[in-house]
This record gives sequence, C-alpha cells and structure tokens, in this order.
Amino acid sequence: MMMRPTANLKIWASAAMALLSLATLAGCRHQAPANAGLKATAQGTALVESSGGHQVGATGTALKDPLVVQVNDDQGNAVTGTLVEFHGPAGVSFDPSAVLTDSSGQATTAVTLGDTSGRYHIDAVTPGKTKPVSLDIVETALDYQERLGAILADKYCSRCHDPESSPVRVSNYDNLEVKPHPFTEGNTLNKMSDADLTSIIQHGGPALNRTALMPPYGNTLSGSEVKALIAYTRAVSDPPYQPPGTVYERK
Amino acid sequence: MRSIGKFLSSAWRALFDDPVRAFGVVSLILLLTLAIAPAKDHFSQWHSYQRKYLALIRDRGDAVSLRRRMEPGIHQIWLPELGVVDRCTTCHLSLKEASLSDVTQQPFRRHPAIPHTVDGFGCVICHGGQGPATTVAEAHHSERAGEEPILPMRYIESGCGQCHQNALAGTPQLNLGRTMLTRYGCVHCHAITRPDGSKIDATDHPPSLAHIADKTTREWIFSWLKDPQAYAASTTMPNFKLSDPDAGDISAYLVSSSTPHAGDTVASGTKPAGAADPAAGPTLYGESFCASCHAVQNAAGNLVGGDLGPELTRIGNKAKLEWLAAWLQNPRVYDATTPMPHYRFTSQQIATLVDFLQAKSDSDYGSGVHLDAATPQQIAHGRKLIVEMGCAACHEINGVQKPENFAPELSSIGSKPLAQIVFLPDMEHSLPGYIAAKIRQPRAFGPSVKMPQFTFTASQTDALTTALLALTARSRSMPDSLRVAAIPETNYQPAGHAGKLITELACFSCHRFNGRGGDMAPDLSWEGSSVQRPWLTAFLHNPNTLRPSLIRRMPRFNLSDSDNTELTNYILSVYQSPAIDADLAPTTTTPDAVEHGRQLFYSKYACQACHIVDTKTDKGYIGPTLTQVGSRLTPAWIYAWLKNPQALRPGVAEPNQKLSDEDARALTAFLMSLKGPSGRGAK
Repeated sequence: MMMRPTANLKIWASAAMALLSLATLAGCRHQAPANAGLKATAQGTALVESSGGHQVGATGTALKDPLVVQVNDDQGNAVTGTLVEFHGPAGVSFDPSAVLTDSSGQATTAVTLGDTSGRYHIDAVTPGKTKPVSLDIVETALDYQERLGAILADKYCSRCHDPESSPVRVSNYDNLEVKPHPFTEGNTLNKMSDADLTSIIQHGGPALNRTALMPPYGNTLSGSEVKALIAYTRAVSDPPYQPPGTVYERK
Repeated sequence: MRSIGKFLSSAWRALFDDPVRAFGVVSLILLLTLAIAPAKDHFSQWHSYQRKYLALIRDRGDAVSLRRRMEPGIHQIWLPELGVVDRCTTCHLSLKEASLSDVTQQPFRRHPAIPHTVDGFGCVICHGGQGPATTVAEAHHSERAGEEPILPMRYIESGCGQCHQNALAGTPQLNLGRTMLTRYGCVHCHAITRPDGSKIDATDHPPSLAHIADKTTREWIFSWLKDPQAYAASTTMPNFKLSDPDAGDISAYLVSSSTPHAGDTVASGTKPAGAADPAAGPTLYGESFCASCHAVQNAAGNLVGGDLGPELTRIGNKAKLEWLAAWLQNPRVYDATTPMPHYRFTSQQIATLVDFLQAKSDSDYGSGVHLDAATPQQIAHGRKLIVEMGCAACHEINGVQKPENFAPELSSIGSKPLAQIVFLPDMEHSLPGYIAAKIRQPRAFGPSVKMPQFTFTASQTDALTTALLALTARSRSMPDSLRVAAIPETNYQPAGHAGKLITELACFSCHRFNGRGGDMAPDLSWEGSSVQRPWLTAFLHNPNTLRPSLIRRMPRFNLSDSDNTELTNYILSVYQSPAIDADLAPTTTTPDAVEHGRQLFYSKYACQACHIVDTKTDKGYIGPTLTQVGSRLTPAWIYAWLKNPQALRPGVAEPNQKLSDEDARALTAFLMSLKGPSGRGAK
C-alpha cells in the first residue's frame, strides 16, 4: 500500500474503465455483426416481416421455421442485394447473422433461442449511413413446464381453443355456441387468477358459472399437468402476463 | 552482486540482530502464514458469488427470509447411488427461490419448474460438468481427462433419457431421436444395447435385394445409388457419395446376383379403366387410402401423405409394369414381411392402379444414364464394394453375408472420453459438437469414413444427438430400480385362419393388439367388447362410415363373405376386455330414461361440443359421430366408457367426468336409442 497517490489513482481509473467496458459489453444486447465479405448493393426504406415471427420454441433450441424478412423501397417493391443484420438478446444466435436479400427481396435466417424462458425481441436491421431501418420481431421460448403444457394443450385443448385449422386438423372453434378463449388472448386470461384457471380446467365451465361446453379435466389431468397448462397459457398470452407481485424493491 | 550481498546482510542485521526484534519478526511471519488459508477462502470465486448474492437480495422486499434461507459456505449434494457429489448450489444459491423469478443473471437464476428436486437428483446428472469443482472454469468448461464440459441447453433432454428409457410426454426431442435411431436404421450397423441389456431393434424395412431385377432396371439402381433423395426426397436411404463407375459396378452385381422369383411378375392382361374414365385411377387411389401410408409430392413441391410406405412421386421411373401388377395383386409374394396389406384387388382394379402409378414418373429422371453390359471384373468389383460399404447390414443381397458389428457400438457413446475423439481443425472440443458434426457430415472426418450422408433437418440432427447423448456410462451403472424401463413391443401373434388374415391385411401396420402394432389407428385389443356384430361385419365390408374428418382412414379390403365372417367371429370372441361384463350392462330403454339421457347429453355434460348426435343441430366433430352409435357399440362398453374412458383406452382425450351410476345409465340408454337411419351409413 506504499504506492504513490497518482499511480494509485491511475490504477483505479483503469480498473473502473475496464469494469465499465465489461459492463457495457455484457449489457449490450447487440452481437458483433458477422457481415464480413457481404457488400450491400442496394438500400431499401422499409423492412417487413414475411414469416417466422411469433414462433414458440423450447429454450436453447432452434425455432422450427426460419425467420424471413423482406426489404422494400418507397414504392413497396422488393429490393434485392440489401444487407440485413439480425441482432438479439444474449443467448440468441442466428445462422447466418447477416445476409443479403435475394431476388424476391427476402432475407432468411435460422434462429436459436437462449437458455432463459420468456419473450425474445429480435431486431432485423439494414445498416447504412443514409437511412438505417429496423424491425422488431418477437419469439417466445418455453421452459420444461411450459412446453409440457404446450404438448398437453395440443392434445386436449387446441381443437376448440385454437380457431386456426391446419391441413391435418380442423378446428372445432366455429362449431361451438359459446366461443372458447384462445390461449393467447391475454386481455381475458390475464385477469383470471391461477386458482380460477385451475378450477375451470379441473371442474369445467360451470365451476365459474360458464358454459358446460368446457368439460372438467380434473379426473383426467394430474395436478402438475394442470399447472403446466396454466404456465403455458401465461407464457404465450398477448399482452404478456404480469404475475401478481411478490417482487418489489425497497426504496 | 556485491551490492545485493551488502543489502542482504544489512537487512539480516536490521531484522535479527536484536533477539526481541527477531522474535517479533518470526511471529509476524507465522501469523501471515496462518492467514493464507482463510485469505484464500475469502478471495475464492464461490465466496465472491455468495457476497454478490447477499448484495442482490439486500434490497428486495423478502430480504429477511431470503437471507435466512441462504447458508454460507460450500454446499454439497451427495447421492452415493447415482455417484453425485455436486457443489453447484454453492454459487447457484437461488435455484429454489420462487420470488427471484425476475432475476435472469447467472448464477442466480431460479431453476424452471421440472418434476424433480435439486436435492433429490443433483445437477450434473442432467447438465453434465464437474459437480465437485468449486471454480467456474473447472465446473463448466473443463476438457481434462475424465472431465466433461457442461451440456448445451439444446440437448438437455438427454439427461432425462438416462433414467427414462420409456417415452415421456415432456421430452419430444428425445423421443424423436430415439425413434430416428430405429426408423433410419442406425442400429443396422451400430449395435446399441439399452442399460437393461435389451437391444434396440430397427423398425425400418429395408427391402430385400435378392430379386431386385424383377422389380426395376439396372439404370434405375444406378441413379438411385448416386442420389437417393433425387428420386424420393423423403427416403431414409442415405447417400453413399459413390463415383459413377462404383455405382455402375454395384448395380451390375445386384442385377447379376438377383434371382427370378415365381409370381414376382404377372403380365397385365386386363385393360385399365383409365382409358374410359380418367378419374378412375385417382378415385381408386383415394378410396383405397393409399395416401395414409404413401406420400406424393404435389405441384407446390410439398409431400402429401403418410410415411409408412415409400414415396410414390416417381414410382413410374422405378417399378416394372409386370412387377407392380404382381405386387398389387399380393405384396406378400415378393416380400413376406412387408407392412403393406394384401388388398384383394380385382384384375380390373390392378390394371387401373398400375396405369395410374406408371404415369407418376419424371421424364428427366435418369434420362442421361446409359450403362454398357457389365464385365465379370465390374461385377466382382461391385461385390467387393458392397462388402466394404456394408450394404448387406441393411439389405438382403444374394452372395453377400450380413456383416456383424459393421460399425462401432454406440451403447455408451454419451460418455465417450474427449481424449478418444479426433476433432477436426476449428471444431469445438465437445462431445455433443462431435456427435452432431458426425451426423451432419460424416465424410468430413476423413476419406476412409464409410458412414454415408443422411439428409436430416437441423432439428432432426439435434434430436438424434440428444438420443445418443443419453446413452451414458452413468445410465448403465446406476441401480436398475432407478431406471424407468421402456415398454417393449410384444411378439403377439393371432392364431388360426383369422390370424393369417390379420397378417395378410397387415392390421398391425396401423392398429395395436395386445401390445404389438402401430399407432395410426385405434388399439383393438378390446374391440370384441366394444362393437356389435352386424356393425363390424358391415364396417369390414365398407369402412367409410366412422370419423369422416380423419384424413388417414381405414381402407377397403374387398374381403370375401367367408373371410369377413371369420374375422368378425375372431374379433368378437378373442378381443374381450376382462373389465367389461355384458351381463351388468344397463338394459333400461324406457322413453323416460332416454329423455333423461338426452337432457344430460345436451345440458349437464354438453357432449355436443365434441360429438354429433343430430346432424341438423350438432356440429362438434372432435370425437366420433354418434348418430348411429346404438347400432355400433354395446351398452356394456358405452356404460364402462362413460364411467372411465382412460381405463379402456389409456391416453384418450375425452375427459373422465366421474359420472354417477345413475347418470351413466341414463346416458347409455339415450345413446343406445340412436340407431341411425336404417339402410344407409350416417354421414
């Protein structure tokens, strides 16, 4: 501790700088762009999502469908040869993370989600000095319990609660006199407590004075399976579900 | 030199000349030495994480209870049976703290909800890494001998697979990977024994090549060998990356060694109906529900249809006319174990289908292939290649023996030491990375690697890697009582003439009986308790009445009356559930009981949400249509089903409503009154 005060100060200052830069690095949600060798030959003025947004996958795994965005110009025509970079929060990876738009103006990448469950905001950006445009895309990662809920929902619930039909499965939504709530319908489901949801799943609609078209699953699904279903509906709800607060900071 | 000596001697004199001062100096040195251990502890990594945790919880509302639950010092989970000594919870302090669910920064993230507790199973069982380590680097990233880096999250389900040999609902990736091991025939070459000693058997059906020349031409074999996916995008046959001469020589050997087989080919004498009615072919193909098993590429390039049988997009390029006719007449003549049913088509129908399938061809496919007649040297070289490549591990080939242990055994691949792996340059040194790279591009690991190139999507590669990573040494060494065994397929075989019919119609390809068979169609183990005789007879004659919304349906087999009766008798007498006693069946069918049942059906239980009873008012079509259920099911079955559907068919989606006996009787009476319009099948 017998250092000269100036040296001491210098060391502290450099340590603080290092810490600061580390913190900015860690806190920065943008990855280093890997656009080496890619040269944009054109610029667009608008980015639109073509497909691959709003997907639901498991934590740490690749999303099922690729993310496709399209670059358009002022007239709404597709622009070929624009550089599009994809950025995401820590843990999200893209293959590739920078790509030139193809002849139909589209840029495609495969997205692998991070290890934490929740919503991931992904940015697609066309870098450029003149007018950089960016687009925010949301993907959702499910943890074990939420994904188990997704699997159970697919088997027991989606035939009625999901209004969308697929080629292999026709939705029963339109056939019901009282329409079920899709699990993404946060405006309704977020207002229901876990206890209410448990009760309507286990004892059917009449438990909450609702329709008997919703049958009771309490003898078919175990308690942990019902919990998993609720966790899943919370994870996909739009607008996002805010759990009742046990988390509060002392000011 | 001199000055250093001078300095040392003056320092010595300054410190030790005076005995009292010398004593003081020695005491100070001793004290400092004693302080090394606690200081090391204080500056250790885990200690700083515990301090950071305390700082993290200090300002939270539940700080007091959080701090009370936090024990300072090194934590250890010791589970001798599993060989677990885990100190991970020393730094990962809040795995169980529900109130910290908003914390995303490691090591303080809360563990997501799983069916197991951290105290009961530890961490490394699922996550890998070094449990006893107390530094971040050694616990997570060590590559030293006998140590392993932590498992990336994308393969985490492999952890479940070490104990759970059965298919779990929550591990779709692991389940897919395990199915792929058998479906893509990995186990033909790589032997894999499960920890309980049972062997994993392949479920694919590589065709025998003993009579290949009856079926197709040498030119087609050549094109196929060069690029199987160019013929059928969905085929499980991998690409061996053969050169033109090699593919030519192998095709030469296969054709020359093929022996003709009686009945493999028939001359097509009948004129197809296609000439008169162009829709006859597609109609018959649709009515026979060929698409339940066979896929065809549509105009948009998407595969439409099942994957139980081979893709038929370009079947016209492959199959010889006479062979196709013989195959449609009775596939079991060419291949006694084929999953394809013997349809009992008329010769007119066969001609129509042959005509229809022959038209499914691509004039560009194989158009550039011209093979000269093979020399004996070429044929011998072809045989040599077949032996080297291990073709006979999957296919039966005349004159080549099936090789034993052709490729390395993979029973403990999940614990392969990193030191035994030759990594490629620029490759991540980890076992998952190696396995995934090997599956993705086997030949990248050197020209001598024989493993062929498979066509897998990224998620398929991940799934297969997950299934392989689950095959660990720990899973073999743990006590049997800790493992959940896989449910093995039984070798149930029905007896007598009916048994022969069931085999011929390949019922097992789609239906399950007594623990054997497919899962495309309902389990029929208790069908005899379930249905009424007249309905079953009529259904076997024309199975188009049940579940119209299903795309994959039961085909029509053109059974003779006597065969139909034989099969009906067998099903009704043999496939009986011991849980159902027909004598206890409710027999009340008074109008009052029926009306009470109707009320219950529509209001209390709202069954119309999923079932249709009256086609005019009801719309639900999740469950089967019930318009004529009274003519189809037995009252005993309906009653037992209403009381507990899962007891009769485990996993069925209809919820168990715990009906009272009274309600179940009334509903049974109502359902039994639904006889349907007489004379025709309901919609």
